[in-house]
Amino acid sequence: MHSKTIAQLISGLRNKEFSSVELTQHFLDRIAAHDDRYNSFITLTGDIALTQAQVADQRLAAGDAPALCGVPIAHKDIFCTKGVRTSCASKMLDNFIAPYDATIVENYQQAGAVMLGKTNMDEFAMGSSNETSYYGPVKNPWNTNCVPGGSSGGSAAAVAALLAPGATASDTGGSIRQPAALCGLTGIKPTYGRVSRYGMIAFASSLDQAGVLTRSAEDAAIMLNTMASFDAKDSTCVDQPLEDYTQGLAASLNGLTIGIPDEYFGEGLNPKTAEAVQAAIKTYQSLGATIKPISLPHTHLAVPAYYVIAPAECSANLSRFDGVRYGHRCEDPKDLADLYKRSRGEGFGNEVKRRILVGAYALSAGYYDAYYNKAQQVRRLIKQDFVEAFADVDVILGPTAPNPAFEFGAKGGDPVAMYLEDIYTIATNLAGLPGLSIPCGLIDGKPIGLQLIGNYFAEGKLLNVAHQFQQATDFHQQTAPATA
Amino acid sequence: MAVDQSDIEKLAELARLQISEEAAAETAQSISQVLELVDQLQAADTQNVKPMAHPLDAVQRLRADVVTETDQRESLQAMAPATQDGLYLVPKVIE
Repeated sequence: MHSKTIAQLISGLRNKEFSSVELTQHFLDRIAAHDDRYNSFITLTGDIALTQAQVADQRLAAGDAPALCGVPIAHKDIFCTKGVRTSCASKMLDNFIAPYDATIVENYQQAGAVMLGKTNMDEFAMGSSNETSYYGPVKNPWNTNCVPGGSSGGSAAAVAALLAPGATASDTGGSIRQPAALCGLTGIKPTYGRVSRYGMIAFASSLDQAGVLTRSAEDAAIMLNTMASFDAKDSTCVDQPLEDYTQGLAASLNGLTIGIPDEYFGEGLNPKTAEAVQAAIKTYQSLGATIKPISLPHTHLAVPAYYVIAPAECSANLSRFDGVRYGHRCEDPKDLADLYKRSRGEGFGNEVKRRILVGAYALSAGYYDAYYNKAQQVRRLIKQDFVEAFADVDVILGPTAPNPAFEFGAKGGDPVAMYLEDIYTIATNLAGLPGLSIPCGLIDGKPIGLQLIGNYFAEGKLLNVAHQFQQATDFHQQTAPATA
Repeated sequence: MAVDQSDIEKLAELARLQISEEAAAETAQSISQVLELVDQLQAADTQNVKPMAHPLDAVQRLRADVVTETDQRESLQAMAPATQDGLYLVPKVIE
């Protein structure tokens, strides 16, 4: 049962091949048997899952089954889940029981999905390797000496190890697409504002967007159908008509124009990654697409602009963790300042502290114009590059990450080396565009990701382009060796 | 731009974040690396470019000024480190 796609599970449940309780118990058993190796979950919610599965089975029997009725999924531990610990992989929130559900958690409940548990991640979603989690690193199912990517590494590892058929995730600079690439999955980050951020613990509010990790574009379309909604509780959620993302999957790619940005194939790109992406381009040509070279001239400024804007927003957002209302509080504070400083000093890990301090620096008097204002101006130039490119092309294609999964500790103490792993994904967040990663090959047994970037609200087109690739190739059907 | 240990201490004070003395030196070094990266922005020509705060240049949505939230003080305070009579407790601020 665990090797079935979400599409197959939905029909299996409806055709009474298995019940949701059987299916849910099967995944819970797999997690219990195998997750010691991967550490992909922080909290398991077996009791809740089995209760939800029983309800789902009743609804299936009554012929009253909503879209995902009875399908088990995992939620990244960045989403608030009422009555269940929501830690964001931080010591700061180790004792935090969310008092409400995130809107997307509610959406999945209403669609009848079953929650298996909460997945591991980089602390407060800050990282590209899952090494910053308070609960220890997640291991890549393809090679447990290697990182799964981050920050949604637990969601990615759980799906890649067939411990969950799909998982929710979030992406501020590549945190869905890069782990999708490193774990051989399909991952989509929708347009900024397409999915509600209500109840998703904030890192950088103008960049954060929730999405999904699955084993096919079809499954991603099914999951995104439930996740996307307009939500008045998120002031940046965009009131755009909803669409059924599965409807356009089968459309032919004849006449499609794919833009290939020069800047995504320059220095720093692993030659074997480049080779796999070039082979994918040939596949697209054989499917009827036209390839057009394009330029995104401000690409080299994306990582620098991001590491001003994201830390600045992070330092503002994380000021709420003060040891007063919830979360970690230090022992015996001698005064209020001591309470704040020690609670935060003890509760946050090193990478989170580093970003808070960089943000405080960029926003401090005398530096605001040189850093924050300048970065926001560059952000507009980056967006403008994409707007001009999309006048001529339907989608943009390139690598998701320069390299396949690297070993633990490989980026050592150099934060910049780690930041550059997101060099191809960050610009998409700055521009607010949708981006998707699908597997397109292996290097030494480790997956490589192909990135597709779409115009605003073109999630349907992206999923169509990804699905057609998956009809012509079988990279997405390959699973990590140890999953059987 | 490089920062030194005393800059880190000032920033940590602004951010109300305790950094141990040993960690401050290491932090100064890694933050200097990050600042060296972001200093590449200075070379960009941004004359007459309007700063961009929101990808879709959206503005704040307004709503009618009516109560939509219910009182959840008890459940919200249930997870607080210290409360009394419905108030959050902190060390004495006023002598």
